[in-house]
Amino acid sequence: MSSLLRLATAGSVDDGKSTLVGRLLYDTKSVLADQLDAVTRASVDRGASTPDLSLLVDGLRSEREQGITIDVAYRYFATPKRSFVLADTPGHVQYTRNTVTGASTAQLGVLLVDARNGVIEQTRRHAAVLALLGVPRLVLAVNKIDLVDYDEGTFEVIAKEFTDHATALGYGVGDVLSVPVSALHGDNVATRSDNTPWYTGPTLLAHLEEVPVAPDPHDEPFRLPVQYVIRPRTEQFPDYRGYAGQISSGTVRPGDEVVVLPNGQRTTVTSVDTADGSLEQAGSGASVTLVLADDVDIARGDLIAAAASAPDVTDEFTAALCWLASKPLKPGARVLVKHGTKTVQGMVTELSARFDEQNLSVEDGPETLALNDIGRVELRTAEPLPVDDYGHAHRNGAFLVIDPSSGDTLAAGLVGAPLSALGVG
Amino acid sequence: MQVRTDGREDCSQVRTDGPEDCSQVRTDGTNRKEPMTETHPPVALDAGLDAATDNLAALESEAIHIFREVAGEFDRPVILFSGGKDSTLLLHLAIKAFWPAPVPFPLLHVDTGHNFDEVIEFRDRVVAEHGLRLVVAKVQDWIDDGRLEERPDGTRNPLQTVPLLDSITEHGFDAVFGGGRRDEERARAKERIFSLRNAFGQWDPRRQRPELWNLYNGRHKPGEHVRVFPLSNWTEADVWNYIAKEKIELPSIYYAHERDVYWRDGMWLTEGPWGGPRDDEEVVRKLVRYRTVGDGSCTGAVESTATTVADVIAEVQASRLTERGATRADDRLSEAAMEDRKREGYF
Repeated sequence: MSSLLRLATAGSVDDGKSTLVGRLLYDTKSVLADQLDAVTRASVDRGASTPDLSLLVDGLRSEREQGITIDVAYRYFATPKRSFVLADTPGHVQYTRNTVTGASTAQLGVLLVDARNGVIEQTRRHAAVLALLGVPRLVLAVNKIDLVDYDEGTFEVIAKEFTDHATALGYGVGDVLSVPVSALHGDNVATRSDNTPWYTGPTLLAHLEEVPVAPDPHDEPFRLPVQYVIRPRTEQFPDYRGYAGQISSGTVRPGDEVVVLPNGQRTTVTSVDTADGSLEQAGSGASVTLVLADDVDIARGDLIAAAASAPDVTDEFTAALCWLASKPLKPGARVLVKHGTKTVQGMVTELSARFDEQNLSVEDGPETLALNDIGRVELRTAEPLPVDDYGHAHRNGAFLVIDPSSGDTLAAGLVGAPLSALGVG
Repeated sequence: MQVRTDGREDCSQVRTDGPEDCSQVRTDGTNRKEPMTETHPPVALDAGLDAATDNLAALESEAIHIFREVAGEFDRPVILFSGGKDSTLLLHLAIKAFWPAPVPFPLLHVDTGHNFDEVIEFRDRVVAEHGLRLVVAKVQDWIDDGRLEERPDGTRNPLQTVPLLDSITEHGFDAVFGGGRRDEERARAKERIFSLRNAFGQWDPRRQRPELWNLYNGRHKPGEHVRVFPLSNWTEADVWNYIAKEKIELPSIYYAHERDVYWRDGMWLTEGPWGGPRDDEEVVRKLVRYRTVGDGSCTGAVESTATTVADVIAEVQASRLTERGATRADDRLSEAAMEDRKREGYF
């Protein structure tokens, strides 16, 4: 049985990110002969002498033509120890919204820098986005180490600068690792390089295989947004009534006291069902169906939570927004808020601050939030929502801001003051 | 249970291809059989630890969550079901998502007419066993009434797009589940789990919505629909390992069998309604199996001795070719063949 690690990569355009991802796929034998043939053919057509591994991952025609990555691409590779879902996110400033997308599900972020340039604006910005979204661990791949003659001093300067930046963002020193690599030649990606005898840490792949995956669900409060009420009304199950959902945090067992929000009714879990049978316990990430002791009125959009540690139910809250739309946000904007399985009308009553991720500082009272801006706002909703602080329970502190007219996703929302976790705001 | 009671249950309204499909319509859902174990005693499973530590448990929970979101937010979803491996897996997950209630969606098969008998027999048996409702859109009907023209090469896979879009419009489907996986092909790797399509079914890779956490935005305008891919994060190896774990039955042609085949375009093709060997092509009898099942005119068999799921898993792990690269002529047309077809409304 192998575990699953979801990771996101980010880097600026010329850091060789696609090559690094291609190298990971190639070195884990996740590239098959026909894919490699196609890449080799295309590389020769372009006058290259060796296969250009970046062509493995640049999927869209315009990306191959322009030699850039436009959109998040999901890649899959596996070793005997672990399966990996890799969200490969673009580096261009105008595509930072895709970094937010990739980071929202990531358990680990891999940032890339060119050893000749070191930590640049883009790196600082990406690290701030990953920190804001609560990605628990970071790896800095110091790429093109061959082009600085595998120089230890150069690596150490970059690694220290990055670690300082990451710890300022709230990361522990043990949550950050820097690795000197050459994606082009494969140094320290899957195999330890003879060119960097001074480097004693793990290779990138070895680290990905060993790093702890997720927080212990026993440490988190139980939350389950109700997706669907299952009522078969069949001969075999005439009176069955179950509340289906994916546990967003914590664990649940039969006998647990729960509260149904927003109405606040309390009851007890009698059974945690799946099609394979009832479970003694289920935890974060599991899709289950709960059967409850009392006949309470529950519908899609309600939240079932641990009675002992229920979230506040509120129609006014502070949140951080990552603005993802080209249309800027102005105070007073009417929006839809999708939280868990509930979508309600809302209004952004105040733009309190805009985060300057370059200087890790805050600008108070901005007039707008534009594409790729991160800011703190006050929100009011038409109906009360049972929200947690994002820092306390990620999934129950996350929401989408949706344009009521176009239906487009405008922003990623994080309840509470996650900016203060960045040491500012 | 949210069974749609809007009149679409009447088989005269769902039929797209002739009266014989009426026999496949079940409206009450009462005679479906459980695919899973017959009894449901409490089991000593820690699903919490499973979802965190077991790749297949995590993928299963993700897919079930996606099915339930669509059931909760859309008026008229449909599952694309051909009887092939990925769509059979899709149906299995849908059944698990709504257990012990029946699946609240009908199935849609866009039938090229270039079928393998074993697959159609399997399709109809599964539909009957689970008391499901199947809508069949036959490409032949579109050719017969002039809405489509047969291609010079006789391949019908690219012709599926128009009957698919027409059926979506005719039945008012607003969410269409497909078995597409991101590991299949480079353009698919960039597609969202909820993929918004315009009124022409087209995919615009530059206008995709960001997909954050597990919060899916399925809002769409009238006439638009959303393609939904619950298997997005599965690989071919995951699919086969899960088929083994869950003991899911597949059409027999996925396992090694003797078949008369001929060599064309680097693939072993077989004779069927789509035609047969040309004079210069020699027919030989070989032990083969299919890794994918599509239009018979462009789906090749691979030489194989894998007669069981375990054999197939071993073979997939050892294979040096992707399943589409090995057996699908339609993806070889150009470097961006799939991207171009998706932009036109293909799956």
